[in-house]
Amino acid sequence: MSGALDYLQDLDRSVFDGANQQSYALKAQKGLSEALIRRISSDKKEPEWMLAHRLKSLAAFLKMPLPKFGVDLSDIDFESLIYYAAPSEMGGYATKWEDVPDDIKKTFERLGIPEAERKVLAGTGAQYDSLNAYHKLKEEWEAKGVLFEDMDIALQKYPDLVKKYFMKCVPLHDHKFAALHGAVWSGGTFLYIPEGVKVTAPLQAYFRMNAKSMGQFEHTLIVVESGGEAHYIEGCSAPKYGSTSLHAGCVEIFVKPSAKFRYSSVENWSQDTYNLNTKRAIVEENAIMEWVGGNLGSGRTMLYPCSILKGRGARADHLGVAFANAGQIQDTGAKVMHLAPDTSSTVLSKSISKNGGVNVYRGLLHVAKGATGAKSQIRCDALILDALSKNDTFPTMRIQEDDVSIGHEASVGRISEEQLFYLQSRGISEEAALAMIVNGFIEPIVKALPLEYAVEMNRLIEMEMERAIA
Amino acid sequence: MALLSITNLKVKVESKEILHGLNLKIGAGEVHAIMGPNGSGKSTLASTLMGHPRYTVTDGSVKLGTKDLLGMRPEERAAAGLFLAFQYPKEIPGVNLVSFLRAAYNSVMGARKKSFKPVPLYTFKKQVQEMMERLKLPLSFLNRNVNEGFSGGEKKKVEILQMALLEPKLAVLDETDSGLDIDALKTICEAIAEVRKPEQSIVMITHYERMLKYLKPDFIHIMIDGRVVMSGGKELAKKLEKEGYDYVRRQIPSSLKML
Ligand SMILES: Nc1ncnc2c1ncn2[C@@H]1O[C@H](COP(=O)(O)OP(=O)(O)O)[C@@H](O)[C@H]1O
Ligand SMILES: [Mg+2]
Repeated sequence: MSGALDYLQDLDRSVFDGANQQSYALKAQKGLSEALIRRISSDKKEPEWMLAHRLKSLAAFLKMPLPKFGVDLSDIDFESLIYYAAPSEMGGYATKWEDVPDDIKKTFERLGIPEAERKVLAGTGAQYDSLNAYHKLKEEWEAKGVLFEDMDIALQKYPDLVKKYFMKCVPLHDHKFAALHGAVWSGGTFLYIPEGVKVTAPLQAYFRMNAKSMGQFEHTLIVVESGGEAHYIEGCSAPKYGSTSLHAGCVEIFVKPSAKFRYSSVENWSQDTYNLNTKRAIVEENAIMEWVGGNLGSGRTMLYPCSILKGRGARADHLGVAFANAGQIQDTGAKVMHLAPDTSSTVLSKSISKNGGVNVYRGLLHVAKGATGAKSQIRCDALILDALSKNDTFPTMRIQEDDVSIGHEASVGRISEEQLFYLQSRGISEEAALAMIVNGFIEPIVKALPLEYAVEMNRLIEMEMERAIA
Repeated sequence: MALLSITNLKVKVESKEILHGLNLKIGAGEVHAIMGPNGSGKSTLASTLMGHPRYTVTDGSVKLGTKDLLGMRPEERAAAGLFLAFQYPKEIPGVNLVSFLRAAYNSVMGARKKSFKPVPLYTFKKQVQEMMERLKLPLSFLNRNVNEGFSGGEKKKVEILQMALLEPKLAVLDETDSGLDIDALKTICEAIAEVRKPEQSIVMITHYERMLKYLKPDFIHIMIDGRVVMSGGKELAKKLEKEGYDYVRRQIPSSLKML
């Protein structure tokens, strides 16, 4: 647990649930149609191939069934969702903090991204609904050829680079929501790390859904060339609304030989959100991919970051925390595909269930024939805080090679009365003691986050611990 | 008026009565020792005083000053001035010692004084540093998880560190001496003697006589089968030091089979 916990003490949950007054230029167009797809594409002045990709995706989406596993998605009313919106006052994206509209600045400040922090950050991209409010990359990285852009802008500025990788890691036919994403994606982040360039400070982006009933379909495309290194982190929180929102973003990461990349995210979408994100990385020879994820929000989550270990000696580490409170189902996990010899992976998943919340760990470990010497360690720890709450674990293993070393451990625990009594005997209230034990439980994962995110994560856990059954 | 008064205390655990009507009075600034064989109910008494939820009080009363302890939650008892050094301190995975100590300090002091302002981390570290040196505890322990991987002696030292920080009116030390080598015992006892304020009371629970040499108790109580069967002053301490439990055996023949 971080000693700097007081740091964000003033931040309360209302920050995450307060909607800004917004006027939407492209107001209230609900439902999905070919006309809408064409309008998105022409608004964004996209190349022909992207429109073709969108239309192909739409056709696939309409044909494909809902997933047959995980949470029940039959309540999603695709016709009543808004698939595309942009705040009217923003004609493009700001390169200077001064150009960011005050209203939006305030939102970021309340979310705990103070102006002063920009100096520390290598760059800040922030999606405000579908357009980027603020995007800046420090000059030193620009000089080294690092590209850190809003995805829409990147498509304009680097069409060939985008075309080479776009939805090549997560193909549109992957599943129904990948197809939907391919049709209506908007905004997101493009990050390109050239060969041998090492970016030490984490690159950050903050996402936020704001329009009522709005789906968010941002696309994150990351390419780390050979020997490059970077850490990208995004957090998101959505305001509370009465009707159901759908989030079907897509993250594609290409980690080239001997490169090293860490992707961290803290997801705290509001309770009425379906979070159906697809995240996948292709990891080449001797490259390292690290996933660090915290899932606290959303009524329904299905999220299984995937690493495809394609080159010899490739490695992936998956660290994940999920918190399911009243009314929430967190169906999360990790997928690792060992396709080459000497590949290795570790998965550490920690879940907390409270007030009737349900956590499901759904993992897949695949070792292909010929992936000799593959190693994998999987560990799932669940903490269940009361008799109402639940946890399930579904680890699937498909091992087609004999020369492998695989370990799987799972534990289900409850808060120990003895630990609680020990802390209370030191004057710490029962509530604070519970939060302390829970923060201690997830510490192995939180410590992989940069300090300000670790602090926010601990604070979010405290807020969840305070929340009673509605 | 006594600082702590225990009257006819009856306690059960899982429907089995362990304390069968125990009486004890501790005055401010006094040092008491409670001795007795294993299983006589010493830890049960300590846990009950601190408010462990598994111990049910079926009869009797416990007062700290004028306050009725039995109606209070453990954290309220801590704020009221009671401290328990655990016989088996608990490990808290993932929580580092300094944030735990600071949370405890800020909670207890905040509950005692309205005007108290939580101490920032940096100031707090300086504050504990001196005490840690006195206890011969490396400062690096502050960044380790609470009691995780600490040796028996280190755990006991960390308990005393907490006692020093939280400035209790009454500290109950449950077998703080067990599992310690003679050097660690000496370090701990000297540290206790140095940080102790004259008005603070101490109850040390032990079943050896060796701790009595360092922390000279004013009163000694012998506990057998959930009751205090014999109490005395410094003379009893001297007799026990010389003759051990044989002395009690001779005085109370009925206790023979228990000892
Ligand atoms: N939590 C508990 N659950 C069941 N029995 C207990 C518990 N705590 C104490 N006891 C029983 O109460 C008796 C006294 O134990 P304890 O108070 O630990 O004695 P001491 O500290 O004097 O060695 C023993 O018979 C012990 O088994
Ligand atoms: Mg005991």
